[in-house]
Amino acid sequence: MSARTLPLLFINLGGEMLYILDQRLRAQNIPADKAKKVMNDIITTMFNKKFLEELFKPQELYSKKALRTVFDRLAHASIMRLNQASMDKASLFHKSTLYDLMTMAFKYQVLLCPRPKDILLVSFNHMDAIKDFVKDTPSILGQVDETYQQLIEMYTPLSNGEFQLIRQTLLIFFQDMHIRVSIFLKDKVQSSNGRFVLPTCGPVPHGTQVPGLIRIFSCSGDELTRQKFNNGGNYNSPLREGSFDIFGDRITKLGTNMYSVSRPVETHMSGTSKNSAQHTKVNAAPNPLAKEELNLLARLMGGLDVQKPGNTDSGFRVNLFATDEEEEEALISRPDELSYGVINIQATKDQQANPELAKIMGEFTESGDQCDGASSKGDDLLAMMDGL
Amino acid sequence: MYHKERSIQIKNSASALYNNLDVLRIAPTRLTYFTVVHANVVNMVSASWDGLNYSHRQLQSKEPNVATSTSLIMQAAFCVLPSRDLLVVTSQKGIQMYESDGSIMVYWHALDTPETPTGSNITLSEVLEEHKESITDIASECSGCQSYIANLVTADDGGTLCVWKSGEEFQLLNKISGFDVTCSSVKLWKGTVVAGYGTGLIRLYEAITGILHAEVNAHARWIYSLDIAPFSGLLLSAAEDSFVRVWNVTMTPETNSVEIGHLHNECVTDTQICGAKFCDSDGYAFAVTGYDLSEIIRYVQT
Repeated sequence: MSARTLPLLFINLGGEMLYILDQRLRAQNIPADKAKKVMNDIITTMFNKKFLEELFKPQELYSKKALRTVFDRLAHASIMRLNQASMDKASLFHKSTLYDLMTMAFKYQVLLCPRPKDILLVSFNHMDAIKDFVKDTPSILGQVDETYQQLIEMYTPLSNGEFQLIRQTLLIFFQDMHIRVSIFLKDKVQSSNGRFVLPTCGPVPHGTQVPGLIRIFSCSGDELTRQKFNNGGNYNSPLREGSFDIFGDRITKLGTNMYSVSRPVETHMSGTSKNSAQHTKVNAAPNPLAKEELNLLARLMGGLDVQKPGNTDSGFRVNLFATDEEEEEALISRPDELSYGVINIQATKDQQANPELAKIMGEFTESGDQCDGASSKGDDLLAMMDGL
Repeated sequence: MYHKERSIQIKNSASALYNNLDVLRIAPTRLTYFTVVHANVVNMVSASWDGLNYSHRQLQSKEPNVATSTSLIMQAAFCVLPSRDLLVVTSQKGIQMYESDGSIMVYWHALDTPETPTGSNITLSEVLEEHKESITDIASECSGCQSYIANLVTADDGGTLCVWKSGEEFQLLNKISGFDVTCSSVKLWKGTVVAGYGTGLIRLYEAITGILHAEVNAHARWIYSLDIAPFSGLLLSAAEDSFVRVWNVTMTPETNSVEIGHLHNECVTDTQICGAKFCDSDGYAFAVTGYDLSEIIRYVQT
């Protein structure tokens, strides 16, 4: 549908990933300089110029698998590494709790944004937060600002109809994902069946009138009658419109950081078996285009920045549960068929292997277990993804 | 006024597309066909009127070339012609037409390729180029009465409505401006255009003149679907705000006036509704579906 969807998908998912990582780094008392290094590494990679050039070209969305690989790669771009080993016991398609959490958060934002155009304000909330993460590092800040300008130039001229098409394209991407997320369940914005709660109250979107009025006109345009009706909800007047400039109040809170140290990231998620079956079905559907797409992905990855090894960093471990006990418990009590997993984020010293693209590719080969004997590059990547 | 009946399960959930539900009643066989689009698949259900039998069929979007990206379906709609009923499926790749039961594809028109359209007893007669923005919906006069000169209306993303006289050659009769707000759904009934917009408004225009008869602040979010029951003048509207509303439209030809009144609300909890259709010409029953929902919910008059 809309060929302009991918940049927004990438930036918003990336923003959510950074919120989660930032919270875990702080909650586990990782020294500030190390935490900053992690964040900077990932943001530098995310906003790599060549990578974004490819991303901003009009194109169809990637498959869920391919996009997840992009984010896997992103997480690997830092001195901090996702510990694959600890995830391997989880069921094939639900290893990446981090990814599920990111996608459910953005699905919620896309679904709830009052007008299609507000997707841009959601993106700006993410961009504002990313700028704040790197505010003390001018070189990265410049990189982020450049993308910000690009977003404004590309998206602010679009009509509401075009934004609706982008929104509908995103909703097709997120269709049938009903993973339950603790933070949403606690806030009562998600119900136990995995559907998000849609309020029938509160302010109507900017440009919309509160429903409830019928006006009849004469042929000459005079208002003849006014009649009220019960709208069945409890709506009130719209809030003022958020700012579409590089600075300003976005008004909407969607896309801002919902985690804090006192409100930890809860990666304990579950899906009903029905939903996980659906999820599996989506992922397992044969896609004749996968190879094509993966070649594209390989090209994109070629644009990813090369990371310098962090020479002063000692190994440390970040996990996504609040305490080690909680994590142990989660590991033990986890039934295989349910759709939640645990991510250990581990930072180690062996960064020599990490940086260069070829070596990253190599690592995927090592951690994936079914990429032998593949003939072409596309097959290689395909095999690696199957192993993920 | 209406109560909920047993839902019909569908094989895949509905995608968030305008007018993403269509209904066709086949009286001789006492069957009703329902279609709902899921990404690149059309889900069809044929339901017997006694509610005992349901059969399912899935139609894939045609992909003449697998090297290109997947082809998402934008719309699936029944077309009732004097001589035959067709199911028309539009995607980014082109236009497909099937027999109304989905059994045989009878026409294929690839877009963006020089390939000539192929079909049995279906030929391309004309391409109309009046809309500057993406076309969102097309409606023909639904009263069945031949006396109205304007018998087709098309709507677009900028809210522009084009009113046509169809025939051997289509004739543009009128253009109604929409003030840059998407008109997502449109209906034409007894010479009156009923249009639903992204701002939640419903407007009623006289088709030929473009005179605005009525304006309703109908929904709190984007309207996704409108339908009219031609025998009774009942109007159905459905939106992202999870409400389906029933209205009645009345006409007084002597004074050339049109009125609309509100009759009924239904809230489909936590569902952004993407399709709503009456199941019969009187508006005795209607069907609804929404984004991420794998069922068609039916309501019947009490």
